[in-house]
Amino acid sequence: MISLPRSPLSNEECQQLQAAALRVRESILRIMYDSGSGHVGSALSQTDILVALYRGALRVDPKRPDWPQRDRFVLSKGHGGLGLAAVLADCGFINPEDLSTFGKTGSALGMHMHHRKLPAIEAATGSLGHGLGIAVGMALGVRLKTWPSRTICLLSDGECYEGSTWEAALAAGAQRLHRLLAVVDRNRLTMDGFTEQEVPLEPLADKWASFGWRVINCDGHDFRQLCSNIEIALAEPDAADAEAQRPTVILAQTIKGKGVDFMENEAKWHYGALDSVMYARALASVRDQHKALS
Amino acid sequence: MKKVQGFTWTVEDVNLISASETWGDALVEAGRRDPAIVALTADLGNSTKIQRFKEVFPARFFNVGIAEQNLMAVAAGLAATDHIPVVCTYATFASLRAAEFVRTDIGYGQRNVKIIGTLAGVAYGQGGPTHHAFEDIALMRSIPGMVVLAPADGDELTDALLAALAYEGPVYLRTGRGTELPIMKESKEAFAIGKARTVHDGRDVTVFAIGLCVQEALRAAVRVASQGIRVKVVNMAAVKPLDVAAIQAAITATQRIITVEDHSIVGGLGSAVAEVIAESGKACAFKRLGHQDCFLPMGVPEDLMHIGGFDEDAVHAAILGLMQTSSDDAVEWEDGK
Repeated sequence: MISLPRSPLSNEECQQLQAAALRVRESILRIMYDSGSGHVGSALSQTDILVALYRGALRVDPKRPDWPQRDRFVLSKGHGGLGLAAVLADCGFINPEDLSTFGKTGSALGMHMHHRKLPAIEAATGSLGHGLGIAVGMALGVRLKTWPSRTICLLSDGECYEGSTWEAALAAGAQRLHRLLAVVDRNRLTMDGFTEQEVPLEPLADKWASFGWRVINCDGHDFRQLCSNIEIALAEPDAADAEAQRPTVILAQTIKGKGVDFMENEAKWHYGALDSVMYARALASVRDQHKALS
Repeated sequence: MKKVQGFTWTVEDVNLISASETWGDALVEAGRRDPAIVALTADLGNSTKIQRFKEVFPARFFNVGIAEQNLMAVAAGLAATDHIPVVCTYATFASLRAAEFVRTDIGYGQRNVKIIGTLAGVAYGQGGPTHHAFEDIALMRSIPGMVVLAPADGDELTDALLAALAYEGPVYLRTGRGTELPIMKESKEAFAIGKARTVHDGRDVTVFAIGLCVQEALRAAVRVASQGIRVKVVNMAAVKPLDVAAIQAAITATQRIITVEDHSIVGGLGSAVAEVIAESGKACAFKRLGHQDCFLPMGVPEDLMHIGGFDEDAVHAAILGLMQTSSDDAVEWEDGK
């Protein structure tokens, strides 16, 4: 099992997570280059959240992916599969050599992954607005089983346009699912452009709060903030405190394309392909940060 | 009213209670035996007989509010934690409103969820087309791995629900009003998923029927018997998997086939049977009765079944029509000559 870091993170722990995130970003670029194309902007914006979850918070075990009392992680933004595959390989859930099959016909690894093909995946997603409802069902299910499992769901901010996301949010608030954590990858960009110029989502925190959720705002690229807020969100509330029996949403403020200079905050890199020159430039951008770290 | 308990449903019991009440009690009994069974609804906890389950197992019952998409997603999540969710909502919303959630989260997800679509067809006739469910079979049977059951009466509905619970995988079960006459209790064959059951024997015409239309077909068969026309009536309660052998046998034995359903002739039982006939390569006179690709008006179900052409009179007329045809009319076709 991956050990839970104490909060706050030491400098060394923080550096380890940063290094892991840079490895994952390099891996994302390599998978994307090898497979031809991918949702690279979305994969890069969620990377630090996934690293914080898989290396810090989730009680999951690569040797026992079907362990009943594990925490459940649902990638509601299924197109983040490119980034999730890289994290799963980095954390020992899949063989890193298998990443070369990503996107190939018949491979379990690809854009939108399935729990029947890959045990480390909890639910097949890809169509937006499904994951939170599935996570609500899982949270209800583990509560009935009296398992201590927590359920964590990562959504894109674009999914907050789907009515079904709010159906699920309403149900989670009503069911007082305090072991349910939603993280919104708030990169402010969809395929067409900026959310606030398209159909404004703000004030997003107020919306979640009014649906019965505890809302935490944080920098989605700062491991100290991410880890401590995830820990706060997943801490067992006082059973006598009715007000605390609420699901939590972390609005993780992120940058689409984070870590590759020419992709950052560019809608066109929601989904794209790299030629060899761009691939080298993108890798260099990540490796420069790696050098700065060491 | 006599209180019915356990699985010992007699014809007398069914006369005392409506079909919808029967399955509600059967679900409670199943729930006692298997703690993995949970029940969900979208605000129909009091108007469908899933209410019985709620009363006995309140902690295993979830009302998600009027939110059918989330209803299906939550059921998929419960199935992922080793539960057997039984979802109950109106057939029109279970199919059309929640279609992509049923298809992706339950069908593609291969989740062990049982979906009960109530008030199928024109059972809620006075609600008009917003509440008529005549596309649910077409939609559900196009989802890979989805079992589609349309029982004829209360006994069969209970049997179908128990069979669905015993089966590992997604099942869609459509129900009518709960006022269907008990006819399947008399059947010598036990209910089995994928097995057609003959309710009236004959060798001139075969009528394949589902739901309330089984009794309509039965009445029509009795009516024409005095004219010397022998009609075989087959209850096709499992629309998927379809009893292909029963259809192939009918093509050979009677060469005249009618389908009747409270569902569109597009994509329902009629289409499913037509596919088998067409692929058999054999000549067969054929007529589909059901919603004729139209929206029916608001009205009482009996009237709509008559207007729509899937009641006893319609089956009667179709039988007489097909009796005018003969396999001798089929032009012999010889390849290459």
